[in-house]
Amino acid sequence: MSAELHFHSIAEAAAQLEAKTLSAVELTQAVIARTKAVEPRVRAFLSTDEATALAQAAASDARRAAGHARGPLDGIPVGLKDVIAVKNQPLTAGSRMLANFVSPYDSTAAAKLQQAGAVLWGRLNCDEFAMGSSNENSAFHPTGNPWDVSRVPGGSSGGSAAALAAGEALATLGSDTGGSIRQPAALCGVVGIKPTYGLVSRYGLIAYASSLDQIGPFARTVEDAAIVLRAIAGHDERDSTSFRTEIPDYRAELQTRRGPWKLGLPKEYFGEGLDPEIAAAVERAIAFYKAQGCEIREVSLPHTQYCLDTYYIIATAEASSNLARYDGVRYGHRAKNAKDIVDLYFQSRAEGFGAEVKRRIILGTYVLSSGYYDAFYLRAQKVRTLIRQDFLNAYKEVDALLTPTSPIPAFKLGEKSDPLAMYLCDIYTIGVNLAGLPAISVPCGFTRGNLPIGLQLIGQPFQEASLLALAHSYDRAHDWSSRHPKL
Amino acid sequence: MSNAPELNIDHIAKLARLALTPEEKATFAAQLGSVLHHIEQLAKVDVTGVEPTAHAFAVTNVWRDDVAEPGLPVAAALRNAPAQRENMIAVPKVVE
Repeated sequence: MSAELHFHSIAEAAAQLEAKTLSAVELTQAVIARTKAVEPRVRAFLSTDEATALAQAAASDARRAAGHARGPLDGIPVGLKDVIAVKNQPLTAGSRMLANFVSPYDSTAAAKLQQAGAVLWGRLNCDEFAMGSSNENSAFHPTGNPWDVSRVPGGSSGGSAAALAAGEALATLGSDTGGSIRQPAALCGVVGIKPTYGLVSRYGLIAYASSLDQIGPFARTVEDAAIVLRAIAGHDERDSTSFRTEIPDYRAELQTRRGPWKLGLPKEYFGEGLDPEIAAAVERAIAFYKAQGCEIREVSLPHTQYCLDTYYIIATAEASSNLARYDGVRYGHRAKNAKDIVDLYFQSRAEGFGAEVKRRIILGTYVLSSGYYDAFYLRAQKVRTLIRQDFLNAYKEVDALLTPTSPIPAFKLGEKSDPLAMYLCDIYTIGVNLAGLPAISVPCGFTRGNLPIGLQLIGQPFQEASLLALAHSYDRAHDWSSRHPKL
Repeated sequence: MSNAPELNIDHIAKLARLALTPEEKATFAAQLGSVLHHIEQLAKVDVTGVEPTAHAFAVTNVWRDDVAEPGLPVAAALRNAPAQRENMIAVPKVVE
């Protein structure tokens, strides 16, 4: 149990709200006060709306008083990455292009959170258009890692991970295209889950790479992640890639699914480039599962070495297409003094986009351009098939895969100036997106320098209930989530 | 593919509708050159007979009933427009 309200888990806070020993307004006020106290150092938020949050909290208290509480999220302050639309709130994607954009509608994920009674607290910083692994690509400001504010929180959902770790929300949402939930979760010491592609609607999520993007929760515990995921998952007519599948009560399933599991260790994920302290922490997690009676065996995902290249072809190709809409005409930044309409496109995009976004648009345009389509894009899509088959073959032998989330702990702001070096941060996470699988990062220790380490568990398509139960069995037996950064 | 020529940054930037400064062109060409060098290793993979994957869980022919539903009201749709006039988005002259 955490004495400080802002470090409560959802489960703890929900129990107190239920018992009426705590009100949603008190909880929201505590989170707002915490945000004000630490935000000058963490800088996880791009904007906040105190009045709306407190009004939602008051409405939650009124529902509860009338006997109409909506479940464990009713009255819980949840922050959203600034790529997830909330009606009448700013939606910048961390870009100058959308600096003044106000969303005219709700994303399905935000609408579902509100239906569950959540209090929406703040717009969270991210790499511009979710492109990056450190939050340094935000056009507005970088975010500090709460464990050491001179280090990055990871990315692209760095604000979502940092805000949660710093006690500025009880849960947050991010989006994950190549690791953008799991890597910052690992670097900030919180839980983060990337659901199976198609489980959570992408309606109202600013598109980066549409065949890879998924919204997912950050939470302090696996149990909390189960609560939030259940609230946002489910089929949506407004997303044509949304999958029709039953959404179980993931939290209840944590109690009924107890293993033991057969776990695979992909040998390609334990090689060169893995920080020894991270390797040691993951070894201890493997020993834990072994002691619980799990069968552990080595497996191979032979096309792993091609994941990074496949990802950067497919993701940038899709991005170059998705970001064509930002042309200065209907919304977003418009250049002044353009000569004519075509010049308006060129100048608005030049002024509105930052360097990493421009780089990816150029790379994506190149791999789709006449003469290179077959050599790059089509070939990458075929390699994607092989990468996916690697995972499905592994699942003939094992129930889930266990790997490190990130090869390195949080690095210093400004440390990685070379784009390729930054891309290598995602080597253990991108295969999951290419294969469309669910995966979760769970805190599994700290380095000697007191930086968090994350364990990644990769599940089978739409088997989030099993994946969460597997992660929960580790999480509840360890107290990593009760440690908080000193800010 | 192993013989992929240098990325012609002017041509690609034009296709992408991006105005780049001379400094950006030099920087991006160098950085993307090393990225392209890296991604060329995909040429080593034998993809004979392999079908491409566009989506991990492809769903096709997703239709909804053809029933009119309310869209965004005009004021909401125009709220973020950089310039507007008489319920329309205004742009620079297209034809002289």
